[in-house]
Amino acid sequence: MSLLLENVRKSYREPDGHMLPILDIPRFELASAEQVVLVGSSGGGKSTLLNVIAGISTPDSGSVTIDGYDITTMIEAARDRFRAQRIGYVFQTFNLLQAFSALENVLLGMSFSGRPVDRPHAVELLTRVGLGHRLSHRPSQLSVGEQQRVAVARALANRPTLLLADEPTANVDVANQETILRLIRDACRENKVSLLMVTHSADIASQFDRQVNLSEFNRVGAGA
Amino acid sequence: MNLVTIALKSIRQRGLASSLTALSVALGVMLMVTVLVIHGIVTDVFSQRSIGYDLIVGPKGSDLQLVLSTVFRVAPAIETLPYQYYLDLQNDRRVELAIPFAFGDFTEQGGFPIVGTVDEFFLNEYAPKQEFQIRGKRLSRPFDAIIGSQVARENRWDIGSEFKLVHGGAESDHVHDEKFTVVAVLAPTGTANDRTVFIQLEGFYQIAGHEQNLIQSIKRQREFYGQSLDEKEIAKEAEELTKKFHLDEPHDHGHGDGHAHHPHSHGTPVVQKRVSAVLLRMKSGPTSIALSTELKRGLQAQAVNPIIPMARLMNTFVGNIQKVLVVLTALIILVSGVGIFVSIYNSMSDRRREIAVMRALGAGRQTVFSIILLESILLCVGGGLLGVLLGHGLVFVAAPFVEAQTDLVINPLRFERLELILLPALIGLASLVGFVPGMTAYRTDVARALVE
Repeated sequence: MSLLLENVRKSYREPDGHMLPILDIPRFELASAEQVVLVGSSGGGKSTLLNVIAGISTPDSGSVTIDGYDITTMIEAARDRFRAQRIGYVFQTFNLLQAFSALENVLLGMSFSGRPVDRPHAVELLTRVGLGHRLSHRPSQLSVGEQQRVAVARALANRPTLLLADEPTANVDVANQETILRLIRDACRENKVSLLMVTHSADIASQFDRQVNLSEFNRVGAGA
Repeated sequence: MNLVTIALKSIRQRGLASSLTALSVALGVMLMVTVLVIHGIVTDVFSQRSIGYDLIVGPKGSDLQLVLSTVFRVAPAIETLPYQYYLDLQNDRRVELAIPFAFGDFTEQGGFPIVGTVDEFFLNEYAPKQEFQIRGKRLSRPFDAIIGSQVARENRWDIGSEFKLVHGGAESDHVHDEKFTVVAVLAPTGTANDRTVFIQLEGFYQIAGHEQNLIQSIKRQREFYGQSLDEKEIAKEAEELTKKFHLDEPHDHGHGDGHAHHPHSHGTPVVQKRVSAVLLRMKSGPTSIALSTELKRGLQAQAVNPIIPMARLMNTFVGNIQKVLVVLTALIILVSGVGIFVSIYNSMSDRRREIAVMRALGAGRQTVFSIILLESILLCVGGGLLGVLLGHGLVFVAAPFVEAQTDLVINPLRFERLELILLPALIGLASLVGFVPGMTAYRTDVARALVE
């Protein structure tokens, strides 16, 4: 099993001091190399869930086990290192660093993993996403679709076992949506990476064998 | 990709702001380097490096006055030493070199000090490892003169120029009749030698008015050595000297230059000769101390290691001003440091997302803190190194002009040891100003920053 969430609760403190529950998940699991699409209403806690799985946010209680490691028991530095080595993250807004070229953005992801930077692998990944000829281009010199492809290559740079994708096609045109989606899914399949993708698109969701609605396993449900 | 590369990329991303902040540090450091170099040059002027002798022997009195008169030639000495004592010192086994020094007149034009000395003075180093460079002939005739570079420039004198002396000071109206001829010009030395006219000691004694009353001279010399002041003995000695040197036969004589002078053709008796000071180079350090101690107890003279009063002089006149300048430039660098702080701190709000992305990619809090700190250090050190280059560049470019105007000798590649602390100081400053922005990065709420 690649991912297992048990009794995960997460709430935020509102300005008036009250705690606003976001997540209350008794159990959620993802098998190795499984590809799952997560749907749900806006503000339903999908991004919070991805952040909790990535170790960016810590749950108030419960466990998040990835490849057999409960990341909630790790100190923050260990969690950061774990995230760098085992979890890939594709953001809705790409989040490429403007000061760095396409290749450098990919290398940057590698440099935080604590492993030697594998430049040929980075070049290979960018070539794989069709950007082998644009390695030294800055994000501002790339189209929106190309930027997201760089983001995909960056997420796969450290050979993760789990890829989290937060609406990766939301900001790209229809023509590129298919390409991006295929890239992510194919890359995950080839590398046996588990994929948890958030989307609002019914079309995209329909392409996945397993679709889960957050409200179905989150007790906070639509009230979040 | 290491942290330095990441920091450099971020700096380059904010090119204009980064360049301006680094430039402000560079200008501060440039000023600091310039002040330090000037400080070094002025310190040299007031240090042992401006005189190549271990001791200055002069009449008892103020050691500072002796130094001011002998090294800086500010005012002629009031008291003098018997020439015989110079000869004694020359024969002293502890002494490697003794140079007589007679300063009492100034040039009529420009009021430059005139020093009577011996040709050997020019054969020896005027400062450690610094030898005179002379254009022209050496002193051979009594009324030959060698002039310093400043004298040559300001009076527009060159080899062949003739001049007269004013007794006791430029403001005095007693102009000696003797005309001296410039036979050589010294290259700039950055010392008082540049504004000095050197004449032969023998010529100095042949100037009318420099002769001493024989009886008085004998009496003064006897006093100096603590010998009998019996008037009969003094009169007898005077009579013998008068006969020996034909001092009672007045006659004019030429010097080959057509000038008439007072009667000294048979030479001046040693007893009538006086010197302002004697410059000594000793065979060893301990002998300097021994001679100083000996003089303190015995004769009417003092032996001064010039470095001590010169250091005192330096502290009195320029020490505090230079300290203020150094402090001011340090403050300028500090203000530049605040500039770096403001620049980085202001950029932090724009960079929250960038930092959050790095954190999401696995960068630890310490990593993002280090990146921000490194940016600060790179800006400070980069600006600092540029400032060092600019400072030395400024000295390099300005050196010939300053030398031409002041006769200070400036090594364009001069490097002050104090500059070595600039780099660690800048790193310290950068760490200080980078700390707060670094902590902002450290505390960034990743989840929140990613959705902003």
